[in-house]
Amino acid sequence: MSEAEAKKKIDIDNIQDAGLDQGVAKLTPEHIEKVINQVMDAETGARMKMYVDTCVHCGLCSEACHWYQSYDRQPRFSPVGKVKQTIWKIVHQKGKLTPQEVRELAVVAYTECNLCRRCQQYCPFGIEIAYMIAMVRRICHKLGVTPQYMQDTCHSHSATLNQMWVKEDEWTDSLQWQEDEARDEFPDLRIPVGKEGAEIMYSVIAPEPKFRTQLIYQAASIFHESGADWTMPETRGWDNSNMAMFSGDTELAGRIVKEHFESAMRLKVKRIVMGECGHAYRAVYDVGNRWNAWKMFPIPVIHSVQFFYELITSGKIKCAEKYPEKVSFNDPCNISRGMGLHDMGRHVTEVFCDELIEMHPNREHNLCCCAGGGVINCGPPWKNKRILGNSAKADQLKRVVDLGVTTIVAPCHNCHGGLDDIIHHYGLPLKLKFLGDIIYAHMEKTRAVE
Amino acid sequence: MNAFYNLVSGPLVWVAFAVFIGGSVWKMTSLLSEARKKDNHIFEYWSWGHAILSYIHWLLPFGSENSKQQPVMSLVTFLFHLGIILVPVFTMGHIVLLEEGALGWSWPTLPDQVADIAAWVVVGGCCYFAWRRLTLEQVRYVTSPADFGILIMVAAPFVTGLMAYHGWGDNLLMTSLHMFSGEIMLVAIPFTRLSHMLTFWVIRGYTASEFGAVRHVRDW
Ligand code: SF4
Ligand code: SF4
Ligand code: SF4
Repeated sequence: MSEAEAKKKIDIDNIQDAGLDQGVAKLTPEHIEKVINQVMDAETGARMKMYVDTCVHCGLCSEACHWYQSYDRQPRFSPVGKVKQTIWKIVHQKGKLTPQEVRELAVVAYTECNLCRRCQQYCPFGIEIAYMIAMVRRICHKLGVTPQYMQDTCHSHSATLNQMWVKEDEWTDSLQWQEDEARDEFPDLRIPVGKEGAEIMYSVIAPEPKFRTQLIYQAASIFHESGADWTMPETRGWDNSNMAMFSGDTELAGRIVKEHFESAMRLKVKRIVMGECGHAYRAVYDVGNRWNAWKMFPIPVIHSVQFFYELITSGKIKCAEKYPEKVSFNDPCNISRGMGLHDMGRHVTEVFCDELIEMHPNREHNLCCCAGGGVINCGPPWKNKRILGNSAKADQLKRVVDLGVTTIVAPCHNCHGGLDDIIHHYGLPLKLKFLGDIIYAHMEKTRAVE
Repeated sequence: MNAFYNLVSGPLVWVAFAVFIGGSVWKMTSLLSEARKKDNHIFEYWSWGHAILSYIHWLLPFGSENSKQQPVMSLVTFLFHLGIILVPVFTMGHIVLLEEGALGWSWPTLPDQVADIAAWVVVGGCCYFAWRRLTLEQVRYVTSPADFGILIMVAAPFVTGLMAYHGWGDNLLMTSLHMFSGEIMLVAIPFTRLSHMLTFWVIRGYTASEFGAVRHVRDW
């Protein structure tokens, strides 16, 4: 037995999670039945019916899923296999589930599906399995059975409207600190906070001020160099991330997105530019706007990849010296399959890097990093299971390593988390970069001092 | 036997068509009106251009990534569905009956040999699907007895039709069974998984609209 195989033998079936276990302990059969049927009746309709009744049980979606590929093609990890364990069960048993069965729903829905929608591209009918799994999460949320780590971030969203319990003064402090740091390099650099009427509001995810403050410095440098008229909100609504969308707390998810847009409206900006995060983009584009009954954005929002592309094609930033190593581009599902930004991302990469080598499958057919959909946010208890659940990605990365690639460019925070874990676990000699990392390090800095 | 034949070739034909057409209309109107109320985004984001492109890619073999990765399944499914539509609609026997009995008009028919081969393809397809259900783990895991029931329901009119055409078994019996099983299948379409014949267009079109018009990517 190879080392990798031995490691796969970790017990993935009996993982403890205080959030799930304590939640389940409080359930009664009557309550379960009532909540499930309430969600199924009031919140689902023809779409759910069509998906359930149309699925011909052909299994053609199986190969699409990295979980299925990674766990030795065990049918329980196939997309339709996950629906069988959850929605079909709910429908067949008319909501009469035991507390233990609810726990099983939660494990499948929160920790074994990244809602990456790849399987939808492989089903002949285009059945959206991610929608059904998200509905299962909705039920679990309403039953109070959610993974503890994820719920903690939702509590933070609820209390502070950011994911990381960053207090208002800490937020502005972090910005001022980064401004200070950056002024050593760019003497006139400002991080304009709460500037009314600026053209752009820049929003980030809460882990940036909390753990990766350097990214704010870099973004500020790029804004500064390009001469952009920008600002960051001083009030709540600066965090564009949204864990509630993954926990199934749609009310809170809607509130977060509303605050994000409202802070842009308060600042009277023309548009929002978001940092490099895929799931945050999904939250504002796909989920939050609809929940708030906007068909599209009430204020235009673009992802960093689009913004960088714009800066490069309009000549506002230029490459001074290309990143000399061979890189490969990891398509984040939520901006590739979710928004078609794969070609723009490649364009930016190619302008700043010597050589881009493709990994396959790619573009809108990419394999998810296995962090997305809130799976990484289920925290340490589920980490090993998640990493083993994406040996398919590790294989993909290994193939580009063999072609001489040393760096993966991934314009998504979640992907960084997921890929980082995979790179360490499988011992791959790879560095991970955001596009912002590379642009900052390799652009012409006309306004910097030596 | 004659009474059975008279029943299945007379009143039951009408009943079957009435249930099939009425049931299909009811099914789709009730689904769509419920969708209007609860899943209005299906209509809001609907894009015919993307829907039609997607239909083409998913109906033709090797038009989609998955279809390329599953060549055998793609070919079998394609030919099977082709057969299932062509044989009943373009077989001499059916058209003659319709012309003489109900409609009074007709349309061109398939040459007998072609119809014969197409019917064999349908039966073969059913066998292939059953084999998949039994042997491929990912399919077996999600297969229920009803799935075999549906395969039998679809195969029956073709098997009996072939037997009648080739003169195997008692002709009157086979013809009667052929009609009867065909009627059962027709009636079942709106009420079983066979309704994918109707819902395909909505689900595929909606997915295509979300992928194409909202997310700017291909869904194949
Ligand atoms: S992880 Fe992705 S491919 Fe797998 S079932 Fe979930 S949405 Fe489908
Ligand atoms: S490919 Fe589609 S129809 Fe087939 S099992 Fe998967 S979801 Fe069901
Ligand atoms: S983390 Fe990145 S790759 Fe994974 S789901 Fe999110 S966007 Fe997709």
